[in-house]
Amino acid sequence: MASPTVSPAQAPQIATRASSVRIMQLVQVFEHDRPPVLDRIDLDVAPGEFVCLLGASGCGKSTLLSLIAGLAAPTSGSVDVTVGRPALMFQEPALLPWLTAAGNVELALKARGVGRRKRAADAEQLLGLVNLAGQGRKRVHELSGGMRQRVALARALAQDSRLLLMDEPFAALDAITRDALHEELVRLWSEQQLSIVFVTHNVREAVRLGQRVLLMSSRPGRIVREWQVELSQPRAIESPGVSALATEITHHLRAEISRHAR
Amino acid sequence: MPADNDSLLADDHRAFEAGLDALEAPAPAPRPGPGKVFVRSVLPPIVAVAAFITLWQLAYSAGIKPSYALPSPLDVFHTFGQTVRDGRAWEAVSISVSRGVEGFAASVVVGTMLGLAMWQSRWLRAAVGPFVSGLQSLPSIAWVPAAIIWFGLSDAAIYTVVLLGAVPSIANGLLAGFDQVPPLLDKVGRVLGLGTVGRIRHVLLPAALPGYLAGLKQGWAFSWRSLMGAELITYSPVLGLGLGQLLDVGRELNAMDLVIASIALILFVGVAIELLVFAPMERSVLRARGLTVARSR
Repeated sequence: MASPTVSPAQAPQIATRASSVRIMQLVQVFEHDRPPVLDRIDLDVAPGEFVCLLGASGCGKSTLLSLIAGLAAPTSGSVDVTVGRPALMFQEPALLPWLTAAGNVELALKARGVGRRKRAADAEQLLGLVNLAGQGRKRVHELSGGMRQRVALARALAQDSRLLLMDEPFAALDAITRDALHEELVRLWSEQQLSIVFVTHNVREAVRLGQRVLLMSSRPGRIVREWQVELSQPRAIESPGVSALATEITHHLRAEISRHAR
Repeated sequence: MPADNDSLLADDHRAFEAGLDALEAPAPAPRPGPGKVFVRSVLPPIVAVAAFITLWQLAYSAGIKPSYALPSPLDVFHTFGQTVRDGRAWEAVSISVSRGVEGFAASVVVGTMLGLAMWQSRWLRAAVGPFVSGLQSLPSIAWVPAAIIWFGLSDAAIYTVVLLGAVPSIANGLLAGFDQVPPLLDKVGRVLGLGTVGRIRHVLLPAALPGYLAGLKQGWAFSWRSLMGAELITYSPVLGLGLGQLLDVGRELNAMDLVIASIALILFVGVAIELLVFAPMERSVLRARGLTVARSR
């Protein structure tokens, strides 16, 4: 069994290889009299890499994703996305309820300037990728929670971005459905050669999915530890390898949270 | 053979996921058959009207009021038939409906622009928002004297009253629609790379549609009411004889049968427009979004 290697908190590294995202000394302050939400974050995501950001509430992980997505500007430091506009998925599917499943996917294609005729065919193909072939005409309310999140995934893929940002996308799903989506996501990640930054507070989920797991502290949000997950995919969330590493990471996460007890 | 193994796994996953979908997707609500629709929706109001007419007939037969004050249902029916035959009913309906539609159309334009302006400018909204909401609860018939003083006994006076009645509802409906748009949807628009115009066109306006429609519906009800009030008061030979004016003719002649027939006509037109125009629009918008509440039984 591959044993996970543990490396200490990362010092800013000078990356020589090309990366999908390069974040340097990023600071985000919302209120001046309070500690920064994000403090001197350095992060480099390689093309095709699957990175999981793990942390308790208030560690700024969602803020970090918003900054990478370009929805907000950092107080200082830099975010360089080299692969164009990233796709972003939320905890809620955030589908437009007046459109069909295919209509939601087509809107992403339209925003990219794909012609009308090609849109319909592309949307059907993208829905096929998430095992929803032939379900395009369904309305959002006719889909289950897992199906909605898969439509959202198809819509994200429709952006044709090499970089997929995911903000606790499976947190609201039941365990069985989440399991199915983990499998789906890992398959798509390797087929489509995506870089993924996946935010979660679920340790097992992070270990199940990521090649690298970053632990963040809260208030201020910093990257405090990092693990390489050297288990081969597909992994099962209940496998001993995942369990062992998850136990270790949980230990550090709890220690990190306990610091806030006063 | 790893390739075979992989495709087996993929098939396995597909079957697993398809099974989950089948188990978890909400079952579509069964559409009731025409018989059920008749029993549930058409029959009850017919029964209610029949019961009402029976009570009326009983009250008439008991003679609790002299017959000039409380005519029999049959008398009213005859008068009704007569106004239809001599063309007065059609004339009144067509004059009032065309005034109503024109006044409402103008209200939609003004109300929508006002709503958009108030949504765009926080300052404007803080400044005039309370007045617009206040106007909504002011019976617009209160404007009739002012409108007559400004515009005389003219169509302009009538339209002024209709506008003042309907514009606040429409503006507030649009604002409520915008306020109810989840911020997450706008974020989705930005993530997808839609510009400001694209987000307004593809996200904001469709998301605000249910609130806007509710405002339009209420705006129509208010304009119809205001119109009847205005017609009732601004009686002049130069103005066409609308439903409100027909009602006033009945009062002047002390002809209760004509009064009741006019009220019935006003009611019919209001209900017909609600049922034929607004209800189907609202139903289709809500149904597409899965917002129709499934009634029990």
